Amino acid sequence: MQTASAKAHHVPLLAVEGLSIPLPAGLDRRFAVENLSCTLDAGEILCVVGESGSGKSMTANAIMGLLPGYLKPSAGRILFRGRDLLAMGEAELQRERGRSIAMVFQEPLSALNPLMKVGDQIAEVMEVHGEGNAAERERRVLALLDYVGLPDPASLRHAYPFRLSGGQRQRVMIAMALALEPAMLIADEPTTALDVTTQAQILDLIRRIQRAKGMGVMFVTHDFGVVADIADRVVVMERGLVVEQGGADDVLNRPQHAYTRRLIAAVPHRETHEARPGSEGELLLDVRGLRKTYRSGGGLFSKPRVVDAVKDVSFTVRRGETLGIVGESGSGKSTLGRCLLKLTDVDGGEVRFRGQDVVPLSAGAFRPMRRHMQMVFQDPFASLNPRQTIGRILTAGPVANGIPRAAAEAKARELLALVGLDVSAFDRYPHEFSGGQRQRVGIARALALEPELLIADESVSALDVSVQAQVLELLQELQRRLDLAIIFITHDLRVAAQICDRIAVMYRGEIVELGPPEQVFDAPRHAYTQRLIAAIPGLHWDPRAAVA
Amino acid sequence: MKTLDFLFQRLVKAVLVVIGVVILNFLLIHLAPGDPAAVLAGEAGAGDEKFIAQLRAQFGLDQPLHWQLWTYLKGVLSGDLGFSYRNQVPVSRLILDRLPATLLLTASAFVFSLALGIVLGVAAAYRRGSVADSVVMTGALVFYATPLFWVALMAVLVFSIHLDWLPPFDMETIGAGYTGWARAADIAEHLVLPTVTLGMFFTAIYTRLTRASMLEVMGLDFVKTARAKGVPKGRIVRRHVLRNAILPVFTFASVQAGQLVGGAVLTETVFAWPGIGRLMFDALMQRDYPVLLGVFLVTATVVVIVNLVTDLLYRIVDPRIEAAG
Repeated sequence: MQTASAKAHHVPLLAVEGLSIPLPAGLDRRFAVENLSCTLDAGEILCVVGESGSGKSMTANAIMGLLPGYLKPSAGRILFRGRDLLAMGEAELQRERGRSIAMVFQEPLSALNPLMKVGDQIAEVMEVHGEGNAAERERRVLALLDYVGLPDPASLRHAYPFRLSGGQRQRVMIAMALALEPAMLIADEPTTALDVTTQAQILDLIRRIQRAKGMGVMFVTHDFGVVADIADRVVVMERGLVVEQGGADDVLNRPQHAYTRRLIAAVPHRETHEARPGSEGELLLDVRGLRKTYRSGGGLFSKPRVVDAVKDVSFTVRRGETLGIVGESGSGKSTLGRCLLKLTDVDGGEVRFRGQDVVPLSAGAFRPMRRHMQMVFQDPFASLNPRQTIGRILTAGPVANGIPRAAAEAKARELLALVGLDVSAFDRYPHEFSGGQRQRVGIARALALEPELLIADESVSALDVSVQAQVLELLQELQRRLDLAIIFITHDLRVAAQICDRIAVMYRGEIVELGPPEQVFDAPRHAYTQRLIAAIPGLHWDPRAAVA
Repeated sequence: MKTLDFLFQRLVKAVLVVIGVVILNFLLIHLAPGDPAAVLAGEAGAGDEKFIAQLRAQFGLDQPLHWQLWTYLKGVLSGDLGFSYRNQVPVSRLILDRLPATLLLTASAFVFSLALGIVLGVAAAYRRGSVADSVVMTGALVFYATPLFWVALMAVLVFSIHLDWLPPFDMETIGAGYTGWARAADIAEHLVLPTVTLGMFFTAIYTRLTRASMLEVMGLDFVKTARAKGVPKGRIVRRHVLRNAILPVFTFASVQAGQLVGGAVLTETVFAWPGIGRLMFDALMQRDYPVLLGVFLVTATVVVIVNLVTDLLYRIVDPRIEAAG
């Protein structure tokens, strides 16, 4: 009886009831968030998952009272320990923020004040809430830095954010959030900007703290792998609406709603590779002992900083084959891609394309070969000239290479169809397209010169998971039809595993392991590869089984 | 890059720049039409060829140009800026006589415009979209667009002639013979109109610059972090926004500071302020080459020094700069 009545009077830590946030008129939908209800208990991790524009971050910001001025909730309540946050004035909210509710953001560099020492930024939370005196706050800062696993707190608290690595910055953000031991932590994509091994550490840290302090954590993410790693309960959002919520096991392994099933099906995963004819294709690219060193600074009173970005790298690529180059930020993978296309100087080694070493070639001598080697860039927003029509973008390369304009235009229309875009796109401008569509344009642009080798540098990293799946599929299909060789540079092992015939793992400028996915994943030889694979989020969850 | 390396490199460059400026100015002046000997002889009332040739020989103007340049450069490097044709005194003494007056005026205008501009810009950004914001921004636009000499003339008309609040010209009351504090107060009174006139234009620029920069920084992520920490708005503006927003204002202030010595020609002329600006104007009219060159040299040196100081200040305000090199 007693437990039943206790349950009846149970007040959740957070209860969002019927929250609606209208969007300004003229946008593609009326509500950023519509009639959202969910609860969060102390000692629980609730993952809010969805693609970009689903309203998940908006929900998090609404709870913190941090919505931009032009957005105001029109209906609903946000009850924190039974008190409605939406009914509170700014002064009252200010007392709650930082003290009982804290927030961690996606981009730890921009989320920290660049001109303020990290120790001072942590101490400020206590200062503005009138906690302790200066000496006590200083001791607390040291304890917090130590608690979140940062080395040498005594000197680190005097460092400026730009001196720290991405993972260290996020640890500082977490230390800041924990300063006053809040009852609830809202984490908005806190690991999205981090490398996979760092992500694993930060996820582990958040989970550990949450258990130790009995905090309620609302964790916003787009990554189902992360959800599988840390969620107790899951809310799935699509275009402002909650389409499904429930226990993590239920949502992940027995998804009910069609959208959830689609999202889970799109999670990149290892494909069982039937022996593809790749290994028999003609040898197209043969890279031997490639080296690239960056030098910066230096003068009469100081030594220059020397970074070996690419150290003695050798590999081959055959026609019809996809070689994945996998590594974390700073591993040299993007520099390698730029070296292959001679977009940067090379300090040594050979790049043999169809038997000819392109390294010693002058820019003029190499120009005719450029059309055979093309690149698809990471950012589909920055890599297309906003002032040119798609048609202009697609024909500029061929026209520069001497193809008559009419022929180039006819070809461009074909390419649009080939990458799954409507031919009407020809006369439109990049801003009229979504990220995924723009990346299709980027691929069409690279294909316009009928290259034999395509270098895709993080080409799907900026895309939502469902769009990412489509673009990957497109690349694979184009490869089959055009017998392309693809070098696929990525930080995401799951993506590499899905589409690559062979994977090269880069670490500090070197290829530490090279082999087919089965070998790299199931029997990694190098210690770094082992660490990398162990850090893949949701490693023990099989999305294919969930939607089988 | 280490600060020591930086300083060394910049000092070498600074010396080269100043030497380059001296050579360029020397050649430009001699390209311009007009002969100082002719002007001097004309004023002396004796325009005959013999006298002019004698004057030329006396000032070395009959030597080949490259020889004159070499002589001048040698002099500059040993601290000798030459001799004024007209005033018959060393150029360095003329400049040192006038420098305090100019520094007083331009430094006052600099401090006035920087302080007022930042305060107004912050206030306008803080109350973005309010009536106060509109008033400040409209005022800034008016002063930005109005020519300096007109503002100066109107200020004299209104505040000196009609209202008789402030003296219309010169640096102190002639013949009053004030000493000590009384003299300081007298100079201060004379300083108000030229300072405000000269400062209004820059105030307008600083106001607009500060406001725009503040608004940009207010939209950055770390400001949101500060709000999420429960930091009150006033403190966010002071501690987080202002320091980050001030860098572009600094950049422009260094441009203005570079003009401290030579930039107040108009204001000094209108208010009859006995400074470098007027010295330069008079020297130009009289083809007094050594004085002109001396003023240019001092101005260029100040610009170079101010730039150097600004770059060093940047490194103090923004710790990221030293790392970037």
